[in-house]
Amino acid sequence: MADLSAVRAESLVKDFGDFRAVDGIDLHVRQGEIFGVLGPNGAGKTTTLRMLATLLPIDGGHAEIFGVDVRREPHRIRQLVGVTGQYASVDEDLTARENLWLFARLQGLPGTRAKTIAGELLERFGLQEAADRPLSQFSGGMRRRLDLASSLITRPPLIFLDEPTTGLDPRTRGQMWDTIRELVTDGSTILLTTQYLDEADQLADRVAVIDRGRKVAEDTPDALKTQVGDSTLQLSLADGSDIALAANVVRRLLGEEPVLTPESGRMNIPLPDPNRAADVLIGLREAGLGISSVSVAKPTLDEVFLALTGHGADDEPQMEAAR
Amino acid sequence: MTTTSTMTATTPTPRRVDPSAAVARTTSHSSVQETWVQILAMARRALKKMRRKPEQFFDVLIQPLLFTAMFAFIFGGAISGSVSDYLPVLIPGILAQTALTVCMATGVQLREDMDKGVFDRFKSLPIARIAPLAGPMIADLIRYGIASVLTLVTGLAIGYRPGGGVFGCVAGVALTVISGWSLAWIFTWLGTMARSAQSVQGISMMIMFPLTFLSNAFVPAETLPGWLEAFVKVNPVSHVVSAVRDLFNDGAVTAEVGWALVGCVVVVVIFAPLAVRSYSRKM
Repeated sequence: MADLSAVRAESLVKDFGDFRAVDGIDLHVRQGEIFGVLGPNGAGKTTTLRMLATLLPIDGGHAEIFGVDVRREPHRIRQLVGVTGQYASVDEDLTARENLWLFARLQGLPGTRAKTIAGELLERFGLQEAADRPLSQFSGGMRRRLDLASSLITRPPLIFLDEPTTGLDPRTRGQMWDTIRELVTDGSTILLTTQYLDEADQLADRVAVIDRGRKVAEDTPDALKTQVGDSTLQLSLADGSDIALAANVVRRLLGEEPVLTPESGRMNIPLPDPNRAADVLIGLREAGLGISSVSVAKPTLDEVFLALTGHGADDEPQMEAAR
Repeated sequence: MTTTSTMTATTPTPRRVDPSAAVARTTSHSSVQETWVQILAMARRALKKMRRKPEQFFDVLIQPLLFTAMFAFIFGGAISGSVSDYLPVLIPGILAQTALTVCMATGVQLREDMDKGVFDRFKSLPIARIAPLAGPMIADLIRYGIASVLTLVTGLAIGYRPGGGVFGCVAGVALTVISGWSLAWIFTWLGTMARSAQSVQGISMMIMFPLTFLSNAFVPAETLPGWLEAFVKVNPVSHVVSAVRDLFNDGAVTAEVGWALVGCVVVVVIFAPLAVRSYSRKM
């Protein structure tokens, strides 16, 4: 049983009316890894997760979690998977402590044990002080933490996180990332969806990129990024007419082809290594070419998308709205 | 199903999560005992919500007070000759009507509840699908109780003297609570089917009004045209009303009581599985 996969999904399909939300997705998540599903809004990430979590019927294909058939044994699957949704699935009318107590009792923990585990989780997620306050006074970050805590009561071996940090401020997002990493050191496997390449990069061992219900790539975050270049050097020349000369300098120094916008005297240069930016700047000065602005940007999801699919991630919500 | 109780009792925070052990511990469905624990946990959730939102009790407080007094003084003279002669007929009728109103609220509230994010979690947990439906219904027993007792007390205050004595009254209230709880399964089923809380409300009204007014709750069935009398006689609400009248006014456990209970069982046996099935499909 050593090679038992956490998730093995083959050609998953989901139709909503005549719209195919998930169109033959294969996923293979190994035990103990963080697997990221990356894609824009409406790509089918959440739908895929909900099918695997038995929250939506699977219309086609086959899925197993730790070797248990998702379609045939939903009750077993629910014992193996902890689900944290995109919108906190906790009871707004109860306090944090009451929420945890309820979910613990529902999963068969005896009353006293339910109480202790609620206390432990509140402490672990820094919610003790707010434990008995109504949830209406909770911030978005606190809700997410409570939601995640609620998924961990029975320490499930597989945890689904649907966009765990969407809408959180940078500090809370960092805390959430730390918590997620801790879960893996406890031996859990994590399947998470995200819209941010940055998040996938920070957390995931492997990433599947989903677009319009299909998987367009699956690799490590590093490999994905090298497909678009690690980062981009963006330059504006003081005198736009120098652009051809500047492009020559770049070609000579880096061997890369810059993307030029002659009208505004701007150029974007893919950088295999951010340290090479200095070489370009020195080279331009030696050639006597003035610069009005300079910045180094990391590749965005949009650029990964463009590289992988030939269209930007922004097209997607419009398509969603059109249907 | 003894394996499950050991699974939950012996989790003193193991160091690492072991997937194969977790798979081995899983069960294919909740046992009867587990289901019961889940239903009680859901009932406790519903009770906490009731305590925090007392405005939910508006219907069970106002309707018994208002309708009992209003109907008694408006229809008393016309139907029975005097208010005091009408009360033995009316009080059991109002009781049935109030119970049905509470049933309706059960369906509407379930629908509202189901639209909330927490139901996603209930669906993703390994719990029996009946628990989220049956839990609130257990908590609702309190509402039926309050509504029935309040109706009876209002009746007593305006001059109703039940011949059945304390036994008759207690038995009559108990029968009302049982009937209300059983009929609530119909509205719970509606709650799982309908698209919105408003539509549950609308459909429930359309069911509730014919059921109460096309019964013997407020008028003697004999005064109705023959075809209507035929319907009134098979209407389960009529049987409940007759049974409660027998209990309140004579303290007698008659065949009507038996029929009312049979009706309750039939309703639960049909509509509880329908509700659970429709709820499970909704996900």
